[in-house]
Amino acid sequence: MKLFKSFKSVKTTIIAASLVLSSPLAIADTHFLIPGGPGGGWDTTARGIGEGLVKSGIEGNASFQNMSGGGGGRAIAYLIESGTKKGDILMVNSTPIVLRALSGRIPYSYRDLTPVASMVADYGAFVVRNDSPFKTWEDVIKSIKEDPSSIKVAGGSARGSMDHLVAAQAVKAAGIDGRRLRYIPYDAGGKAKAGLLSGEVNLLSTGLSEALEVANGGQARILAVTSGKPLPDYPEIPTLKSLGYDMEFVNWRGLFAAPNLPAEKLAQYTKKLRELQSTPEWEAVRARNGWLNLFQEKDEFIKSLEAQEAQLKVVMEELGFIRAAR
Amino acid sequence: MFDGIMLGLSTVLDFNNLMYVIAGCLVGTFIGMLPGLGPITAIALMIPITYSIGADSGMILMAGVYYGAIFGGSTSSILINAPGVAGTVASSFDGYPLAKQGHAGKALAIAAYSSFIGGTIGAILLMVAAPLLAKVSLSFQSPDYVVLMFLGLTAIAAFSNKGQFLKAMMMTVFGLMLATVGIDPSSGTDRFTFGQPDLLDGISFLLVAMATFALAEALVNVVKPEKKDAKNINDSDTPQIGSTKLSKAEVKEIAPVIGRSSILGFIVGVLPGAGATIASFMAYATERNLAPKGLKEKFGKGSLRGLAAPESANNAACTGSFVPLLTLGIPGSGTTAIMLGALIAYGIQPGPMLMQENPSVFWAVIVSMYFGNIVLLILNLPLIPYFAKVLAMPKSVLTVMILFFSLIGVYLVSFNTFDLFMMVGFAVVALILRLLSFPMAPLLLGFILGDMIERNFRRSMMISDGSLSFLWDRPLTLSIFIISILVLLFPLKDYLMQRREDKANA
Repeated sequence: MKLFKSFKSVKTTIIAASLVLSSPLAIADTHFLIPGGPGGGWDTTARGIGEGLVKSGIEGNASFQNMSGGGGGRAIAYLIESGTKKGDILMVNSTPIVLRALSGRIPYSYRDLTPVASMVADYGAFVVRNDSPFKTWEDVIKSIKEDPSSIKVAGGSARGSMDHLVAAQAVKAAGIDGRRLRYIPYDAGGKAKAGLLSGEVNLLSTGLSEALEVANGGQARILAVTSGKPLPDYPEIPTLKSLGYDMEFVNWRGLFAAPNLPAEKLAQYTKKLRELQSTPEWEAVRARNGWLNLFQEKDEFIKSLEAQEAQLKVVMEELGFIRAAR
Repeated sequence: MFDGIMLGLSTVLDFNNLMYVIAGCLVGTFIGMLPGLGPITAIALMIPITYSIGADSGMILMAGVYYGAIFGGSTSSILINAPGVAGTVASSFDGYPLAKQGHAGKALAIAAYSSFIGGTIGAILLMVAAPLLAKVSLSFQSPDYVVLMFLGLTAIAAFSNKGQFLKAMMMTVFGLMLATVGIDPSSGTDRFTFGQPDLLDGISFLLVAMATFALAEALVNVVKPEKKDAKNINDSDTPQIGSTKLSKAEVKEIAPVIGRSSILGFIVGVLPGAGATIASFMAYATERNLAPKGLKEKFGKGSLRGLAAPESANNAACTGSFVPLLTLGIPGSGTTAIMLGALIAYGIQPGPMLMQENPSVFWAVIVSMYFGNIVLLILNLPLIPYFAKVLAMPKSVLTVMILFFSLIGVYLVSFNTFDLFMMVGFAVVALILRLLSFPMAPLLLGFILGDMIERNFRRSMMISDGSLSFLWDRPLTLSIFIISILVLLFPLKDYLMQRREDKANA
């Protein structure tokens, strides 16, 4: 019996291997295009959605294709070029598609695609070490106002990327010029956390899910989160809004299809994804990954994309990453 | 602690878990052996399986795959000069020359023994000192990483003897230059991307390593076949593998090297900003500096010490990287980041409380490491002659296979055809440089370390408000800095003494 079990796990290995290496030509009901490599955030999102769809019986089969390069630009170009010719492709993406289009790094924007739906969300969070003298977000703001160089903000990505822009917006909501913020870039979220705990920086700007990884371990405290409303799972974390700062930021993850997607096809996708929301299989995937649901169908999704684009444009212009249009 | 070990033992000795240790090691070794596929790919493949089994078993499986892949990674470095993982680059410095000289069997055996001992010493240190070392790992700040990596860069000296100094330096600078391509992290602007979006994320390590090491080597074999190889083709029934047995003198020679490198490797591995790559380079550089005079020159040309040092260090460092992962929830590498994700998915919170809250996971992982290392040794030693048979293949077949596997390896990671073109371009440049007898190792060293040095250096500058004082402000930074200066000046002393002798003789 036990032997059989381990045999089964070998079989699963083979299935998993073939899933990862499956080609776009494989016969599948839904094909997910992942703009980054295996193991990353986009990868887990696409595979999680696929798993939910298949396990709940909504979809017969799901296949996945990784295509990294150009900060996601290559996958977007592929989706636009191949259109609907290559069958049903859903590409996963998130806030960077808006950000990188604004900075001109990718020559496309979400407008060149058909936004299908947003699926999950993460929020910005601000973290300090447990023994930090800053007890609340107000303490941080007060300190920056007295001496802008007193706060060094760590983030897991380059200047001008999400962690930096979110922090800049947050201090701006308190009337501080975002350019005066001292942002210290790290190579990855994990290294930024190590930087915070080592004491070389005193504030960490990161996503809520990563923030919880250190905060739940008891070595750091989350001072504020950028969600619009207090989070049902973590009501004790104050939102910037609840503290009286008019700022909110959502890092959504959603799905896009080719630009010429027929309306009936879109309706099909939307129906399936809507159905997925209430299934226990999706709930399992969501809980396992610590995602927060943010299901928005096409029109609502486009509206929030537009809002985010406007919001990011302002802050990027202020920080000098893009030139203000006259 | 004794209770913990017993708890770990009872978990690991469960039949299923034992199977997972073996399966993990097996899968890891074979995936790691393929040039291009490293631990990160291996672990990503395991994720769907780990969700269907318990936390203990899942972590045991993933850990097995991780160190199995590092174990297996050295095989391709040694046999075909194709380091698929940054951590095994240093293993090819001396491992590949050894294989070329007809000692492939011995080289693989040394790699296996060194990895085994490195892994085991690492596991012991992890067991006795994890909470303590967690504090040490947090005392390292960006300036310390700068000087630490600077120390690693001194390994280049191994390739700069005999009039090669200028060439080695030129290649280092070339490597440093390649590292600057992509988005500049400190200002957020693009550097040397030529408007090409595919260059935005920089050039991947794997691509450079495969192009300059594996591909260039295969091409050199085509352009400039060695006479010995011609004989090999006619005589392929008796391949030049050599014995896997080590003589007593050889064991005596490498035993202290393995011991030192394991401890050094573990400590460097504990630091979240360093990891297996830095560990292997530092061990290599250290051993070269410690080697007695006659043996120092052998480094880079098939030194047993030069192979044993990085091999024990990278395995010990892998084990070391579990310290920040389990006790702080901080992943030091992409691979451990995936494992952290898996832990969280199990509802296990890594951190100082892990040992109290989920002792079975903590101890099961550690105890499984002992078993895993034994499994790897048992698995690998008898297989060495078969692996080494790769070299017995006719060059006309082997060369094509190397070309195929290195290109596939790079493509499977990025799924981007642009990378393939870039890779071929690099390989051609590397081929020309090789024919002009430029060493490739400094290029890769500069490329890997240059990027990390730059990031840490500029971060340090930003934190210290543009002042260089961070180099001497903290005792830790200052001591490592002084050590690296001494290491740099060390050869100068030999040189001056030599000159004085020459003068006296004249």
